[in-house]
Amino acid sequence: MDPLTEAITVDLATQPVRALNAELHSPSSKAYEVLAPAGAHAVAAGIDSGISVDVRGHVGYYAAGMNDGGVVTIHGNAGTGVAENMMSGTVRVTGDASQSAGATAHGGLLVIDGSASMRCGISMKGVDIVVGGSVGPMSGFMAQAGRMVVCCDAGDGLGDSIYEARLYVRGAVGALGADCVEKPMRDEHRAELAELLAAAGLEHDVTEFRRYGSARRLYHFHSEQAGSY
Amino acid sequence: MTPSPAERGLRESATFDRATIAGIRHAAATGVYDIRGWGAKRAVPHFDDLLFLGASMSRYPLEGYRERCDTDVVLGSRNAKYPLHLDTPVTIAGMSFGALSGQAKEALGRGASEVGTSTTTGDGGMTAEERGQSKTLVYQYLPSRYGMNPTDLRKADAIEVVLGQGAKPGGGGMLLGQKISDRVAGMRTLPAGIDQRSACRHPDWTGPDDLAIKILELREITDWEKPVYVKVGATRTYYDVKLAVAAGADVVVVDGMQGGTAATQDVFIEHVGIPTLAAIPQAVQALQELGLHRHGVQLIASGGIRTGADVAKAMALGADAVAIGTAALIALGDNSPEYAAEYEALGSAAGFYDDFQDGRDPAGITTQDPELAARLDPVRAGKQLANYLRVLTMEAQTIARACGKSHVRHLEPEDLVALTIEAAAMARVPLAGTEWIPGNTKRSGAGPSTGRNTHA
Repeated sequence: MDPLTEAITVDLATQPVRALNAELHSPSSKAYEVLAPAGAHAVAAGIDSGISVDVRGHVGYYAAGMNDGGVVTIHGNAGTGVAENMMSGTVRVTGDASQSAGATAHGGLLVIDGSASMRCGISMKGVDIVVGGSVGPMSGFMAQAGRMVVCCDAGDGLGDSIYEARLYVRGAVGALGADCVEKPMRDEHRAELAELLAAAGLEHDVTEFRRYGSARRLYHFHSEQAGSY
Repeated sequence: MTPSPAERGLRESATFDRATIAGIRHAAATGVYDIRGWGAKRAVPHFDDLLFLGASMSRYPLEGYRERCDTDVVLGSRNAKYPLHLDTPVTIAGMSFGALSGQAKEALGRGASEVGTSTTTGDGGMTAEERGQSKTLVYQYLPSRYGMNPTDLRKADAIEVVLGQGAKPGGGGMLLGQKISDRVAGMRTLPAGIDQRSACRHPDWTGPDDLAIKILELREITDWEKPVYVKVGATRTYYDVKLAVAAGADVVVVDGMQGGTAATQDVFIEHVGIPTLAAIPQAVQALQELGLHRHGVQLIASGGIRTGADVAKAMALGADAVAIGTAALIALGDNSPEYAAEYEALGSAAGFYDDFQDGRDPAGITTQDPELAARLDPVRAGKQLANYLRVLTMEAQTIARACGKSHVRHLEPEDLVALTIEAAAMARVPLAGTEWIPGNTKRSGAGPSTGRNTHA
């Protein structure tokens, strides 16, 4: 078997995260399986090539942080900031994710099969995020670019101070954040939503979603709007 | 010639002085608060309020130009595989591309590199010009994460996690629409021309325990190669430094209220934070109690450093290095009399200009206007900065030798006295001619009981 395609197994019960990440930054294989993460932080952080990593279990903070090209699947739940500042690649969480999932991420695809806690997609800068369940309050805060799809509900403060990101929500939405408004779903939006759902491997009727984005009223400061800040 | 108001016997109010009256009139006319650059302009206790004692009978000085007085400093040796080794303890503070022109950033890199010190990115990412011209570049990790990417992170020589700055502790960055050019907008993933207000809190951590995990992640991404700084605006400095160290900082940067900004509300600049003079002793105390002062975690002080005397005083109080921002811009040519007429046309004057936020800087430094920016020759400006940095270093050496020190780092609080009660209390050195440190009730064992901090 080609050693480059044979998955290397790293057991975090016996090896430190530091050794795992050092290996992933200079990979000797194209595929890895990580066992016993036991909530460790920064698992598979800083990947900068197209390797695949399957993590069997729950991870702590910043799993797959700054991922740039890797295909990382977390077979479990993820702590704060999963795939934070991702540049490219794919990160999938089969369970739930804690707060700040996909924070500031510039690109790639983050899929959370379960639900994500508050601040999902905070300051997102181009990433696509698809959440099979719901997202918590203040999700999409200051979201600059990219798309976020929520297949169930979104908490209060959705899209507060949002810039140019597009948010799609299928279920109930709490109070919208400052300068976030519902916008009409046109054909191009239904088309990109269908693409995102397909990329995430999720099936939903795109007509059940509503779109939210920036009213662009806060792009320039006016003291009369002080109550909105 | 018309007599001045003072010559006519008119009395100006100390409470409602001309600047205050102008501020009220501006607020009334526009309905917006004043946003400006620079740092605090009010007078606060500062390094000018301290003096060195120098050597005499009881201290032995070093010969001015013959005996060696070193100035090098190692930063980030606590955890990093590759700590920084700088030739001078005077570093360049973080200033963003966006706030500054590309030419200005390049000039900062050139000047710093020529004298063997570091420069620092800002809230807007790393530019190729800056990286290319900076031998040692510190990459700031800010709440906005504008332009943050792992490729540049790995290109950096150190990482500075920014919690705040002295001009606006508790506030985020600000860049008004007139400076959001297409290039700046592209680097920050923002629409061109909008008023950009950065977040004041990091998006994926909320306290010192989280910060420890964040720093761990940054080390993991960069394979534990790079020093990690934590920068705070000077406020509750004693506690902030202890928490920063607990979170894993290799270097703590403390920026006093005189530290500059490219754009912040005037009310914020002048009324939030504490002077650099008050912050350094708090930071030193925190590091001493942790057993890490001068032996593990380095302290960089900034905010109002102008002369080699300021450098020496900051180091005598316990800083390992200092950072300069406003002074560096002046060295590049900011507020130059060469552009006096243009400053006047903007409603300001050379030496007073602080409208860094509006992008019309005649000196081509705090602007994104291509024509204005082209006025700044990065080679010439970089040379000026290098000259200035050399002067600061030599001035600090001069004082250190006079105090009998073979390294500027050997300066200590015992070398200092204060001219005012306020400065004595803040800096924790005695009022000149006395043994009195206001507020300090501790007594040491042997010799005169000054109760002052020492660097033993």
